[in-house]
Amino acid sequence: MIHITTEPLNPQEVTDLVRKDSNGAVITFLGTTRDFSEGRNVLHLEYEAYQPMAENMLLQIAQEVRDQWGIEDIAIAHRVGKLEIGEISLVVAIASPHRKDAFEASQYAMDRIKTIVPIWKKEVFQGGEAWIGNHEEGSTTPAP
Amino acid sequence: MKVSVRFFAFYRERAGTSQTEVDLPDGATPKELLIQLRSMYPSLPLSDSVLIAVNSEYVTQWATLHDGDEVAFIPPVSGG
Repeated sequence: MIHITTEPLNPQEVTDLVRKDSNGAVITFLGTTRDFSEGRNVLHLEYEAYQPMAENMLLQIAQEVRDQWGIEDIAIAHRVGKLEIGEISLVVAIASPHRKDAFEASQYAMDRIKTIVPIWKKEVFQGGEAWIGNHEEGSTTPAP
Repeated sequence: MKVSVRFFAFYRERAGTSQTEVDLPDGATPKELLIQLRSMYPSLPLSDSVLIAVNSEYVTQWATLHDGDEVAFIPPVSGG
């Protein structure tokens, strides 16, 4: 299951999607919004997605996990829009018969999400805002 | 031919728009589109290594564009 939404994420619901009697290991990863980044106090975050492509890329990652570990039970939910500090931005739930595969696949899926999925976050802090992942000069602009 | 161009995040803000249409010669590549966009949006910092997607799939700069394609320039991603 792949889901991109502006609604708050419920980790239990995402986890339940991968629970099966044949699975002895379930890993649920939560990405949460931090209050401090690169020496700045972050007030809130804004996530933006190229939605159809982001969904395609998440499906591709699920397929890669299937191909490499034979794991069918993977669910990914990503939140977009405005998030307050301490909210859940990402839930990745992966289940397999044994824990080793689930841990490996979980790490792999996270690395891929941070590399190929067209989703961006902007940190809004006191005195300005900045798109993360962009280190070009001038990427930091004053808040409106 | 006409292609539709999408900008996101940092690029959207720099371009001042999320979407535009560009006229290109038939068979043009994303590289040629990129060169045209640099003159249309001088403050848009599109590097030679920018990631490009056509109709939601990553492509190289030497792919062939077709009429009606949706081309997206993808700034460094930061989801999660």
